[in-house]
Amino acid sequence: MHAVIEQWPRFFSGPNVLFLATALLNTVLLSLASCCIGLALGFVIASTRLTRSWALLPLRLLLIGLTEALRRIPPLVVLFLVFFGFSLFQIDMAPFAVALIALTLIATAFIAEIVRSGFRSIPREQWDAAATMNFSLAQTLRHVVVPQAWKIVVPTVSLFFVMFIKDTALASQIGVLELTFVGKSFIDRGFSPLLSFGTVLLLYFLLSFPLARAGQWLEARLASS
Amino acid sequence: MHHLDVRDLTADYAGKPVLKGVTFTVTRGAIVSLIGPSGSGKSTILRTLTGLLRPSGGEIRLDERQLDYSRTADVAYARQRMAIVFQQYNLFQNMTALRNVTVTPEKIRKRDKREVEAEAVALLQKVGLGDKLHAYPDELSGGQQQRVAIARALALKPEILLLDEVTSALDPELVHEVLDTVRLLAAEGMTMITVSHEMGFVRELASNVMFLEAGRVVESGPPQQIFEAAKEARTRQFIGKTLYR
Amino acid sequence: MHYALHYGQVTPYLPYLLGGALVSLWISVLAFAGGLVIGLLGAFGRIYGGPLLSRLIYGYYIFFTNTPQLVQIFFLFYGLADFGLLLTPFEAVWLGLTLNAGAYLIEIQKAGFLSTRLSELEAAETLGMSRWQQLRFVIVPHIARVLYPPLSNQFIIVIMGSSMGAIFGLEELTGRAVNINGQTFRALEVFSLAGVIYLGVTMLATVGLALAGRLLLRIPLRIA
Repeated sequence: MHAVIEQWPRFFSGPNVLFLATALLNTVLLSLASCCIGLALGFVIASTRLTRSWALLPLRLLLIGLTEALRRIPPLVVLFLVFFGFSLFQIDMAPFAVALIALTLIATAFIAEIVRSGFRSIPREQWDAAATMNFSLAQTLRHVVVPQAWKIVVPTVSLFFVMFIKDTALASQIGVLELTFVGKSFIDRGFSPLLSFGTVLLLYFLLSFPLARAGQWLEARLASS
Repeated sequence: MHHLDVRDLTADYAGKPVLKGVTFTVTRGAIVSLIGPSGSGKSTILRTLTGLLRPSGGEIRLDERQLDYSRTADVAYARQRMAIVFQQYNLFQNMTALRNVTVTPEKIRKRDKREVEAEAVALLQKVGLGDKLHAYPDELSGGQQQRVAIARALALKPEILLLDEVTSALDPELVHEVLDTVRLLAAEGMTMITVSHEMGFVRELASNVMFLEAGRVVESGPPQQIFEAAKEARTRQFIGKTLYR
Repeated sequence: MHYALHYGQVTPYLPYLLGGALVSLWISVLAFAGGLVIGLLGAFGRIYGGPLLSRLIYGYYIFFTNTPQLVQIFFLFYGLADFGLLLTPFEAVWLGLTLNAGAYLIEIQKAGFLSTRLSELEAAETLGMSRWQQLRFVIVPHIARVLYPPLSNQFIIVIMGSSMGAIFGLEELTGRAVNINGQTFRALEVFSLAGVIYLGVTMLATVGLALAGRLLLRIPLRIA
């Protein structure tokens, strides 16, 4: 404990604080970017799964397989697969980009499932009414389903996003300069673990907790409207 | 020339046969009413005609043109010409009454926005909801919602109107306002196929009544025949049990 | 540059990998057991403890659910050494998984306990059941049925979390995959194989737990 007090001024030096701030930014960027892309792709996947044509059946099966798999394989394994995938094919990719791709794949799988649940929550009768008036799938989604489903999907995705911030910590394992990586690097430089990881834990908490609260408020607000 | 010609229609639902060979014709301006116990397949016929359920056999001809319901183009053709009003109204919850009526002509059929809106307003006034144009479905009573649903169907300018137990989900006090609207349409000569439990209403308006049981037509004829001098015992039994509803 | 997949070089290691899956399961079971105890104590603390205890427990919950598991384990592994408590990697990972799972299980179990319905208890009482009988025939079966699905789900989450053991050198499934990669450099083959095994393990666990729930607790099977 005395180490913490003794190291405090050295720990919070200008360059270190900058380092931490950069790491925090990278953490936020990784989570935000992967979830935003995940939302777009997840919507496309969920919509594609609604199609009925025989021609698209192989695609639908592939998408189902991928989303189910990516939700059940530990994120670390996915990360390693993407990382080694690029390196073995000798494609030069920055660690951040590798982590972003891996995390986006995982986020997409989970969000696709959230969107799909959102679609399924719209009563059958709404779909039927649109069908009998010759709405195409796209038109049904655009005019009827999405305007009703977003109230459930958006808060759920927000809460997923908050939870997903924690998964970005794994990116530290392939060298991305995010919070966890920085915490470890401080220890390697001799700082007290209590101080280093304590600070990192606190930063994660300060990032996550208010957003979680906001997400719950949003959920409650939209559910009642 | 018959407007709608159905022969030996069969259909399955969840693996079980629901329609086991239904044959009937509908002439222009006729009002055909389907009556019968629950599960007899009455609503299934309407749902099949509007493409919500694929028939497993039989022929359906609209104006002499045979429709193949396994082809999306034919289903789209059927939906262009036949409009359905559901028991649960099925209004789009995220749209006002006016929008519910204008969305299909404007967005799906790509007609001119102002023309569509003017027609929609007129239709909603016709069903007595001129003051509720901007109300959302959850602000309307069941009877009002059903009348919006009728206006929505009429906005599609259908040749045949399909009414699937349109008063069954309504509180008794609200039934008459919907029936009044249907009377109005009948007086204007709209071809209709109705599924209904409102026997008095069926008797008053139908030009032809079909009694169905277990997926088959038991008897078919004008209201006087079905209600007063039915040929089949089963029909007489059913009428006897339900006459004073 | 092209890389050809040679699963043949990795398949000899299959028994080794499957052994790793067993280790993953074992760690998960141990961590889940520990988490259940924490969950039980914490749930009771939140329901029957005073406002101060309840707040403290809630603080524990929000801390562990708003910070990454990896950092929690790092903190335990490196940080406790400062206090003279040297943990082996296995102990640190187990402790981290336990404390993390425990936090979630507190809230899950609390919700489960609070779900007992007064109407059921009143009915039991009017039937002349003693407190003990009420507990045995009404309360516990009901709670068990309510808790079983979220508990099963949490167990699967713990299995997924156990893969972090690899980062600390543990020879569970992911750790062994890392070792094989170190020997053969066939990363795509070995990690995809590990992925498939994880899929198998989680799906078997899900189905197995669902069936057990059906048989033992008469929880209806749901097709998601």
